[in-house]
Amino acid sequence: MLEKFRETQFYKSIFRGGGVPKSRRQRMMVVLNSVFLHLHPVRLPKHAVKLKFTWCMGGLSFFIFLILTISGILLMFYYRPTIEYAYTDIIDLAEQVPFGIMREIHRWGAHAMVITVWLHMFRVFMTGSYKPPREFNWAVGVILLLLTLLLSFTGYLLPWDQLAIWAITVGSNMARAAPFVGHEGPGAALLAIGDINFVTMGSDMRFALIGGRFMGEGALLRFYVLHCIGLPFIIMIFMAVHFWRIRKDGGISTPV
Amino acid sequence: MAEIISKKSATKEPGRRPPAALDKADTGDQISRRSFFSWLSIGWFAFIAATGGFFTMMLRFFFPNVLFEPVQTFRAGFPDDYTIGEVDLRWKNKYGVWIVRNNEGIYVLSTTCTHLGCTPNWLNSEQKFKCPCHGSGFFKTGINFEGPAPRPLERFKITLADNGQIIVDKTIKFQQEKGQWNDPEAFLNV
Repeated sequence: MLEKFRETQFYKSIFRGGGVPKSRRQRMMVVLNSVFLHLHPVRLPKHAVKLKFTWCMGGLSFFIFLILTISGILLMFYYRPTIEYAYTDIIDLAEQVPFGIMREIHRWGAHAMVITVWLHMFRVFMTGSYKPPREFNWAVGVILLLLTLLLSFTGYLLPWDQLAIWAITVGSNMARAAPFVGHEGPGAALLAIGDINFVTMGSDMRFALIGGRFMGEGALLRFYVLHCIGLPFIIMIFMAVHFWRIRKDGGISTPV
Repeated sequence: MAEIISKKSATKEPGRRPPAALDKADTGDQISRRSFFSWLSIGWFAFIAATGGFFTMMLRFFFPNVLFEPVQTFRAGFPDDYTIGEVDLRWKNKYGVWIVRNNEGIYVLSTTCTHLGCTPNWLNSEQKFKCPCHGSGFFKTGINFEGPAPRPLERFKITLADNGQIIVDKTIKFQQEKGQWNDPEAFLNV
């Protein structure tokens, strides 16, 4: 029955190569011909997926990322990023919206993803999987770690409670002290003509980040856009490269 | 099929200009190698300029022309509005300053903790500013004495307007560790 369905034009038109894969080559072609599967290796050696070797931390990180994407999109249907509504919308999400656990899933998932990404990095380091030809993928992985932390940081502000506001106040002060682009950083005073400073509290990197001189509506909206659109968009590009390079650089945890 | 063959044979026609003459020929619709390269460089410059302009615009986009924030310079009433020996909290939330009056005069303290930028609270019973984030403590003068704060609170410029009102200018700050608190604008003698 299923095999007959696979021979129909309908099935063949959707799945390139179509038909029932009968040989190793055809099975391989099924993977290579799918836009989603082709990032994945065509075949996995049994030893490569040993849990005690990989800890499955990379896979878990991606799985949690998918959970966060779905739960995050669901939260966007109720959350309004304004000073007036942000905090009460978060309360509503827990107490009034059906399945009030959705916000907790997103929050705990975010914590879990940061942990699994760090453990993944630790595992890769301990098994020496950063060595050539995988050194570039290590670099991509470091960027992914950074993006994960930035996603965590931007999401931190959105509940707009005291913890969030002061945590981001403290955190964004790092930008204030950045060389040349932060108004209190080294070199910022050099960027001036006479008495006119170009890098001031109203024109430095921290200002660009939080859209004002202190935490306010601008910061909340900018962090919301970065958290929901900007950073996920960038991290997905790097994830695609990361997964594709795993295959190209010799597969997961296989000596090369 | 016949078309392709005829095209192929057309390129091999003997009447075609020999390659050596291509450099000089700039007649009609033919583009010479030399002018091709100058057009190419113009094209690249235009492309780089357009791209650079676009990214500059994108960067500038993040700095709005109007900020809906309290102004940096404001009138804070008359000196007599402030009690001697007290820390005044009335401008704390709106402008982020404490105005303190002692026997000699008035000074304006920034409410930004010098450790990591939180806002301390004035504890009247203990006569100190205490930061809730990491526990930094400051005397009424703004001098730090406990917790991780590395330096005293900053003071802002304070002057009198013609009608006798206090004017606070937050764009000019005075730091004790730089010896700026002795500046005449850092303290208003009353």
